[in-house]
Amino acid sequence: MSNGYHIVVCGSLVPDPLQTLEPVMAPDGPGLKNEAMLPSVLDPWAAHALYEAAHLAKRVPDSKVWLASLGPKPKLQQLMMAVAQKAPFEFVAIDGSASGFADSFETAQALAKAIQSIPGLDRDRMLLFGGCSSASRDAGTTLSMVGALLGVEDQFLAVDEIEPDADGGFRVKERVEGAQYLVSRCAGAPAVLAWATGNLPEPPNNPQIGMANMRGILPALAKAPSVGALRGGLRFESVETPSQRRETRVVKDAGVEEIARELAEWIRG
Amino acid sequence: MTDPNSGATKPTLKTLPGDDVRQILWRYADRYDLQMVQQAARSVARGIVARLVADGARHTHEWTPEKQKLLEAMDEAGLTAVAIDPEHGGYIPGPKNLALALVAFELSWVDAGAATATLAGNLALAPIHERGTPEQVARYMGGAVPAGPGEDRRTLRGAFALTEPIPFVGVDTNTMAGRVRVAEWKDGEEPMLHVDKRGRFITNAAFANFACAAVASDDARIKGSCMVILEDTDEGVWDPGSPTLKLVHQLSATNDPIYSLKVPASRIIGGYTIQDGVIVPNYSHSEVIEAVFRRTRVTVGLMTAAKLLSAVEPIIRYHRQRFRGGQPQPGSSRYELGIQQREDALHRLIDVWATGEAAASLGFYTARLFDEFDPLEREKDRLLQERGIKGARAQMKAFAAVKDAALEFIRLEHLPEQKRDSARYEELKADSLVQFAVKDALSQVFCPATKLWNTGVGANTMREAVSLMGGYGITEDCPGFLGQKWMDAQLEATYEGPEAVQRRQLTVTMVNELFLAQFRHWIRQMRQIASRKPGTGACTLATAMELWLWTIEFLQSAQDAHGETLYHGQRQGVAFPMADALSWLLASRQQILDVLELEDKGGHNPLLADGLEGTVAFLTDLCHVMAARASGEVGRITAELVYGYQRHPSWDGDCDSCFKASELEAVASLVPGFDSSPLEVIQDDGGHADKAGPCVRFPGMERFRALRLKLDGCLTGCRLAKDRAAEALTQVMIPEALDYPR
Ligand SMILES: Cc1cc2nc3c(=O)[nH]c(=O)nc-3n(C[C@H](O)[C@H](O)[C@H](O)COP(=O)(O)OP(=O)(O)OC[C@H]3O[C@@H](n4cnc5c(N)ncnc54)[C@H](O)[C@@H]3O)c2cc1C
Repeated sequence: MSNGYHIVVCGSLVPDPLQTLEPVMAPDGPGLKNEAMLPSVLDPWAAHALYEAAHLAKRVPDSKVWLASLGPKPKLQQLMMAVAQKAPFEFVAIDGSASGFADSFETAQALAKAIQSIPGLDRDRMLLFGGCSSASRDAGTTLSMVGALLGVEDQFLAVDEIEPDADGGFRVKERVEGAQYLVSRCAGAPAVLAWATGNLPEPPNNPQIGMANMRGILPALAKAPSVGALRGGLRFESVETPSQRRETRVVKDAGVEEIARELAEWIRG
Repeated sequence: MTDPNSGATKPTLKTLPGDDVRQILWRYADRYDLQMVQQAARSVARGIVARLVADGARHTHEWTPEKQKLLEAMDEAGLTAVAIDPEHGGYIPGPKNLALALVAFELSWVDAGAATATLAGNLALAPIHERGTPEQVARYMGGAVPAGPGEDRRTLRGAFALTEPIPFVGVDTNTMAGRVRVAEWKDGEEPMLHVDKRGRFITNAAFANFACAAVASDDARIKGSCMVILEDTDEGVWDPGSPTLKLVHQLSATNDPIYSLKVPASRIIGGYTIQDGVIVPNYSHSEVIEAVFRRTRVTVGLMTAAKLLSAVEPIIRYHRQRFRGGQPQPGSSRYELGIQQREDALHRLIDVWATGEAAASLGFYTARLFDEFDPLEREKDRLLQERGIKGARAQMKAFAAVKDAALEFIRLEHLPEQKRDSARYEELKADSLVQFAVKDALSQVFCPATKLWNTGVGANTMREAVSLMGGYGITEDCPGFLGQKWMDAQLEATYEGPEAVQRRQLTVTMVNELFLAQFRHWIRQMRQIASRKPGTGACTLATAMELWLWTIEFLQSAQDAHGETLYHGQRQGVAFPMADALSWLLASRQQILDVLELEDKGGHNPLLADGLEGTVAFLTDLCHVMAARASGEVGRITAELVYGYQRHPSWDGDCDSCFKASELEAVASLVPGFDSSPLEVIQDDGGHADKAGPCVRFPGMERFRALRLKLDGCLTGCRLAKDRAAEALTQVMIPEALDYPR
């Protein structure tokens, strides 16, 4: 029996962070000004996960990578023109909103459902990769919920490194407070690894890889199920760009609780 | 934006046109391979290339290890292999002109020197690709594909060595010093040749391991001239020479190499035959370079187009942020708009932008034209060979016979479907020689027009872009590297044949009947477009096209005041400005056609739904601005040429329309009011109005005068379009920062 990994990377698009991102309230809910027209990139944390997945698949024989993306279909297609060049993968597309205002639980449900129906995926060998957070919603909740919905209990939520052992297990380095790492050993798949930045540089584009991936990407887009706006039970009263404020006070030996109370008061205003 | 007539708000440009818009405008929305190549080129350009420029890699003429990394990055990103056919290890099937154009465009968006490094590699392969023997093609095209992991071979990198030290090859490629003679020729064996070539300004020579050199025979046993492939491992001298002390394109390597090498005769590009003991190359050096430059010049034109379009975003950002010091509050127009409060700055940026759009439209059209033309040319070669037609003269004869059919095809093509003889049309459409003749006539005009207009007008317009950045524009840390781009544009106007070479080619090709027949139809096409889309400026352009057509026909039959023929190859003062005028027209027309395509197809892309109407409205206004500008150029040039070679009438005798004052009085007594009509009057003492002579009235030029007058009127509304476009500049959303370093 083969013991390579089946790595499913969850990652979708976010508006290019260099763009002017101005939240606006539209009749059908909040969004960003001119959102549909802004160029998108693969969510940076998810992108690290993809590069790490490709790297791991190269090191561990008989491994395979899928990229599961939930986003507006035409935008996903445009995104793939760049992302498909980075690494070999099979594409799983779900047509729906990738907005930062979508509900992360519904997003997780849609992803879990799509992953369950990937043909040939061996869930006992599955490593569920993705970003520890996203550049749009930044809630850091999606991946652990996808894992939970798929019954994967071993979850690592700010990963920078994975080092496979000879016996099918692996060591994981996770970011914790104060530039420290938490090192864990996991007996093996299945597991959730939500990536921080990882250690790998962005691979160069390679159109030859891209064109090979495209053979699967176009059919995947064509049959992508549609899940809509994913607003869930969320309701937004108003949206605005946070204004920058900074007030510094130097105090010696204040207790944690005292600091927390003061911060809470300050936020309440 | 509020319409002054209705008060209604009209949609306008919301964001800078992105890839979805460009893919439709330049017609590669359904070509995923090209979209990927473009993204790959972009990542190299805005990554390593931009960092090299920002880190000062342009400060040295030497080929440094940092610059060498650029080649490796391009290999890794698949850019080196774009030009190569899949059977030799490339990955894009079919013609690759549009693919290469996109690569050059993306790289030049940041730095055209990087684009030149790839271009020169392709330029070196092009003689082999176009004219090489199957063995040469297999060896050099295959060898140029970067070696994969585990492959034990060096990647072949080439240089194209045509230009020689002064006083030899430059614009004139026939005064050649490069020589080839027989070194050894043993009975029954392949002859060995000795090649001496000194090059000047040869790109890639610093690191190339092969070169295609143009040489002339110095030996009675070799006929004429040819191009020969030289390798650095050949016996003799391979000296890359010293670097050119150039001020531009420093991310490419330019040297003056010296080659003195012994090579087998099988290196003659395209092979040879032996006739009566003489080696006869199958292609002369000019036949090879003609086939090569036809295509590669288009890519150069797109380099300058990319520069112009790349200037828009940094200029808008600079203008908006210019007055944020001091007291202005966010929300005040001084704070938000800065220099954009000033109309001139907006109008000039609109000129830069419109020129960039037109240049890109022209260049990408020409690249696509060559993608259509390439297979036709190969089929033509095959057919002629099958029919035993060899040599330039025999080919010309064969094509003279095809001309009438080609003209018939052009006529049928422009008839509405229900009105044309469809059987005959299909028959002509399936005739490869007819199709070749029709497309050849276009490519022979569009290639030099792209190179000439995009780089020449582009370089001048880059100066305007630099001006809009003030002092920053001429510093090295100007965002978008605009100062460097301005200077670089001048090289694009020079290498691969300076403007004079392009004008010289146009002198011949723009009066080809097969081209003019198509041009005539385009005038009608522009009028039809205008009736559907009045805001495009298509009507103005149609009138300017009529004026150009009238003038070119007039000039070909007219004589100057000395009785000399006006239009001929040596009379560059007449023909060259007409070439310029035509190029303006072609650029403007192509820009209009592209915007119509966007309007037509954009609706199918759901991503564009939101902003399509506004984007189309803005780009339409740019078309109008450009059509007015092009028409102005055409009016100015044609008027100078039509009148300028005639002698001005003088007061002393050669005036047909003058009256003596006493005659006038006599006539006026019979015809009351006659003396108040605008007549030229000479007093009885010889006195006359203070001017150079009686005003000009040339018989036979009524049509020209009428067209000139009409053209002036056709400019109606063009400034309103400019005002609208300028206002859009103040509202368009731009990114927070440039996506490459400085
Ligand atoms: C950075 C750089 C890279 C280059 N790379 C290469 C390369 O890789 N391979 C290669 O072979 N060459 C290369 N060149 C050479 C380039 O193609 C030539 O410089 C160019 O063709 C012009 O030749 P010239 O400089 O000798 O100009 P000249 O022939 O001296 O012409 C100078 C000017 O005189 C006028 N003129 C000349 N002849 C005519 C005419 N018949 N009619 C009207 N006006 C005329 C024009 O205004 C022209 O611009 C490169 C040049 C540079 C600067």
